[in-house]
Amino acid sequence: MTANQTTAEDLSRRPAGGDLVKRHRLSTRVWHWTNAVVLLIMLMSGLMIFNAHPRLYWGQFGANPDHAWLEINGRNTPEGPQGYLRVGDITIVTTGILGLSKRADGRNNPVAFPAWATIPSDYNLALSRRWHLTFAWLFAGGILAYGVWSLVNGHVRRDLLPSRGELKPGHIWGDIKHHAMLKFPTGEAARHYNILQKGAYLLVLGILIPGMVLTGLTMSPSMDAIFPFLLDIFGGRQSARSIHFILAAGLVAFILVHLLMVLLAGPFNEIRSMITGRYRLPKEKS
Amino acid sequence: MSTLLTRRKLITGLGLGGSSLMLSGCDPLGSSPKFEEMVLSSGNWLSYRVHRLIGSDALAPEYSASEMSPVFRTNGNTMPDSADYQRMASENFANWQLQVDGLVSTPKSYSLAELRNMPARSQITRHDCVEGWSAIGKWTGVPLALLLGEVGLKPQARYLVFHCADTFGLGTKYYESIDLVDGYHPQTIIAYGMNDEVLSVGHGAPIRLRVERQLGYKHAKYVMRIEAAADLASIGLGKGGFWEDSSGYDWYAGI
Repeated sequence: MTANQTTAEDLSRRPAGGDLVKRHRLSTRVWHWTNAVVLLIMLMSGLMIFNAHPRLYWGQFGANPDHAWLEINGRNTPEGPQGYLRVGDITIVTTGILGLSKRADGRNNPVAFPAWATIPSDYNLALSRRWHLTFAWLFAGGILAYGVWSLVNGHVRRDLLPSRGELKPGHIWGDIKHHAMLKFPTGEAARHYNILQKGAYLLVLGILIPGMVLTGLTMSPSMDAIFPFLLDIFGGRQSARSIHFILAAGLVAFILVHLLMVLLAGPFNEIRSMITGRYRLPKEKS
Repeated sequence: MSTLLTRRKLITGLGLGGSSLMLSGCDPLGSSPKFEEMVLSSGNWLSYRVHRLIGSDALAPEYSASEMSPVFRTNGNTMPDSADYQRMASENFANWQLQVDGLVSTPKSYSLAELRNMPARSQITRHDCVEGWSAIGKWTGVPLALLLGEVGLKPQARYLVFHCADTFGLGTKYYESIDLVDGYHPQTIIAYGMNDEVLSVGHGAPIRLRVERQLGYKHAKYVMRIEAAADLASIGLGKGGFWEDSSGYDWYAGI
């Protein structure tokens, strides 16, 4: 028996700092860890698919003779080969990371994304498509199942949708200031997501991940025949490919901030809560 | 205390350790033929089944003339290196013949003039390369269903195999294959015209297959022979097409 285990007399009071409380239900934990694996495979195999044609376009069509709004490529210069990223008219030299990098054995790797960021490491469009288009079923099935279940069990309404008060600019601004000062909620307040967390999770669950799935489907010529409205939603197959890439960048940004927040808020307690479901409320500051 | 530390390390390490373990595991897994065949090909198999289940008759989007690509790039082979082909090309394919045979009741061959005299279909469609680019162009040709009607498929026939004049690398002739759903699909045509002109050599003269709901590598160029077959195992290396055999591209290219 530890001091923090709930006893009969504790039940009468509200949880306070130091208490071990139930935080994540099983569906959230299963989906989180499935997605952690699936998303990493999707991102890395997706970067290899991008390597096959490292140019992005807007509209229904787009190929080498057409204007690309983004390009990651290599070129020869008087100083030697160079990798670059071009967005619109702005070109940034990215040798070593984008456009031209080194393989593990030291040889030059003249592709958009480097070997350490792709599945498989060496250029192979056919194999990266197999990884991507097989795990896509788990990715799409996962968000569909979790999304529907979270609506049914009240997770969305109870934990994710902000209250009217939380949407007041003053409240949002206060929460931004707390985050900037790395002041995290303690005690009873830490049982609930704050408004920035709610916003981030709703963005990921409601926009980024469904958007990835739908733009992915729009790139399938067969799905365009079955659901032609997909092309109307995104403004064409090449626009869908561009949006797919932008949303993926958004997911990467979310993951980086998410991991940083886990580290700052206490990785042991946070990771435990996502494995066992139990979370120790941070002690109130006296 | 020591158990707590161990647990702490274990749980914190799961995230980092797990992901790096997974990353280093993807290359060996992907290069295992069994894993690739059993696991990594399952998504494509499922997509094929689902697409056939919910949309076997669905039509590929068609575009207006104003939406066409200003320049439709070529890719793959742009000039077959066989002497026979080049002789036929120099004669404007006057002596070229398309064979339609295999599991058919009446094998037939067609000259280019005969194909041009058959009922034609024109369609402005989007060509999607497996690499990711798209180009929109206008294609004119004979619906494949008309040819299949003339030769009469035997009941055992399940696939249509397109044997081509061009070769890649070590002299393996290009070939591709489709199922009968695509074979009889109204937009599946044997195209001899592109963008209101005679199909150019770069784009597959004298004829190329248009199978509009699949990626570019299925659209065989320089087609010389169409064979109806019961299965694909005995053709080429058995995977149904040149890129399928040589590089592991999926036979079903609807995604």
